[in-house]
Amino acid sequence: MSHHTTNIGSYEERLKNSSWELSKKELGYKDGDVINIAWYCTDRICEMGKANKTALIWEGLGGHEKKYTFNEIRLASNTIGTYLKSLDIKPEDRVCLFMDKIPELYLGFLGVLKIGAIAQPLFSAFGDESLFVRLDNAGTKAVITQKKHATKLQKIIDRLPNLKHIIIVDHDPTKPLRPREVAFSLEAAKPVDKFDTYPTKAESPSLLHYTSGTTGQPKGVKHVHSSLIAQYITAKWTLDLQDNDIYWCTADPGWVTGTSYGIIAPWSLGITQCVMDVGFSAEKWYEFIQKHKVTKWYSAPTAIRSLMKAGDELVKKFDLSSLVHLTSVGEPLNSEAVVWSQKVFGKPFHDTFWQTETGAIMIANYPGMKIKPGSMGKAFPGITATVVDPETFEPYKEPGKIGLIAFKPGWPSMMRTYWNNEETYKGKFKNGWYLSGDRSSIDKEGYFWFVGRDDDVINTAGHLVSPFEVESALLEHPAVAESAVVSKPDEVNMEVVKAFITLKPGYQPSKELELDIMNFIRKKLSPLAMPQDVEYVDSLPKTRSGKIMRRVLHAKEWGEDIGDISTLEND
Amino acid sequence: MNEMQKIILDYVIAEYIDDDTEVTVDTPLISGGIVDSFSMVSLKRFLETKYKISIPDDKATPEAFDSVNKICTLVQVFVK
Repeated sequence: MSHHTTNIGSYEERLKNSSWELSKKELGYKDGDVINIAWYCTDRICEMGKANKTALIWEGLGGHEKKYTFNEIRLASNTIGTYLKSLDIKPEDRVCLFMDKIPELYLGFLGVLKIGAIAQPLFSAFGDESLFVRLDNAGTKAVITQKKHATKLQKIIDRLPNLKHIIIVDHDPTKPLRPREVAFSLEAAKPVDKFDTYPTKAESPSLLHYTSGTTGQPKGVKHVHSSLIAQYITAKWTLDLQDNDIYWCTADPGWVTGTSYGIIAPWSLGITQCVMDVGFSAEKWYEFIQKHKVTKWYSAPTAIRSLMKAGDELVKKFDLSSLVHLTSVGEPLNSEAVVWSQKVFGKPFHDTFWQTETGAIMIANYPGMKIKPGSMGKAFPGITATVVDPETFEPYKEPGKIGLIAFKPGWPSMMRTYWNNEETYKGKFKNGWYLSGDRSSIDKEGYFWFVGRDDDVINTAGHLVSPFEVESALLEHPAVAESAVVSKPDEVNMEVVKAFITLKPGYQPSKELELDIMNFIRKKLSPLAMPQDVEYVDSLPKTRSGKIMRRVLHAKEWGEDIGDISTLEND
Repeated sequence: MNEMQKIILDYVIAEYIDDDTEVTVDTPLISGGIVDSFSMVSLKRFLETKYKISIPDDKATPEAFDSVNKICTLVQVFVK
């Protein structure tokens, strides 16, 4: 049996020194230097002698494969950057990437950063209303997309005066371009070798990721180029990325995992990664691991539970012996999944915890450290984490007491603000602590144990959905008078969206109407936001002041005590 | 193409296709990324409503929904 040496070594030893200073040293970065994430992911790796090393192995439907070396991703990002400049995209302009997981998404992300513009990746399944809200809020100047998604943009461009260019990467030349559309083919473009990467600094904005909250519209989390310092070292120690690894991060870059650990961290470490742009299938996933001999695998609890559901017999049909270290993110990893993965893969999935706002892993189970199945793990070396009292925001000293997860501000990848929403950003800090919005306890050994969200946000398949956003969209359906949206337990996705609605006069409850409402939300917002259950009610529980009491509905769905209903309005 | 194939194909095109992507009765829907696992729920609901059937969750797999033809095969098991 070969002994695998981990990057982190002893967790306790790592606690003694500054992780961030070590990261800067390895990156060759000193405070005040120019720092550009895309340069670190491409040019620097080439300068280190790895120009011909494979950076990306991409696989699409039918096994269609493309490979890129680090030199090729350097050239591609230069080429895209040059093209964007020709469209007068300037530093700090927002450029949205609205594509499936095709190479242009990954390379376009780097190209945007190379010119000092701000990348705004958006999940390609977003409906036109979800798209509008995010592009409008950001004042996005350009969108890089595919022809299949461009129609959604055409539906909303009249409401987006700031949006100047819709860049189609797979335009069919036999068809005319529509308003604001331009065609760009990476394959046809002349590669640009000499390129002056824009000299961004530590606090230069790099990325806007939209995340949903309980109230209001989604918020644009702003990150900066020095987030790299945290992403680099957290990937090195938590995901254990080493020079000969083949790494597979299953997350879509429309979400923060897919950028922090699907682009920035692995490539800044000079790691070969593979990407599959095919819908989920357990068989295809195992085939992919076997084919590319994946060694390090970063996935999500929903996917793991789907794999569990596909059965143990299927795993035995494949040679997955290449796997060395498995990690998970997005929602709490239930202990059954940890035990199962140990059984079928010979290795347990290691849970990691972090958020869009934190930019990098904050709490995790580390290679070589004892795993307690069901636990989030321990704070990353350099992160001060605790749980605080919800009233006083003072840290609890007693182990086992449930409080709000809180972090001492100032880690390199901490968000810098919510775009155009500084007030909400400031509200995340209390008594000198950043509050994640989650509740947990800490045991005697320093392991965190997730309890739940502190608000009404729904976490479905690892993605946050705002009940407010869904309720607002439901009110636009002609049949809906009022709505309340809560989470409902789900075996695979942990939670799914459920809507309670009252109907306008003239409408009758029916299965056909339920389907119509589901599809309405799916197309307007996203498949994630689509209620998987619609219940018709005569009235919604409200306080005397008319506020809908979601928690009463939530408690009923989860079989919990509905708590104090003294403020509930009586009929 | 029989009536069931046409009804289901027309529904998939109307509900899940935004452009002129060609979809046939054998086009991979789930593995092809046209219908994701969440959207599959609404497709299942359509089939149950349209054909007045109930498809057990353990039969509503990505594999069983991966093309119009496969969906027809599944639906016919439950249609009386």
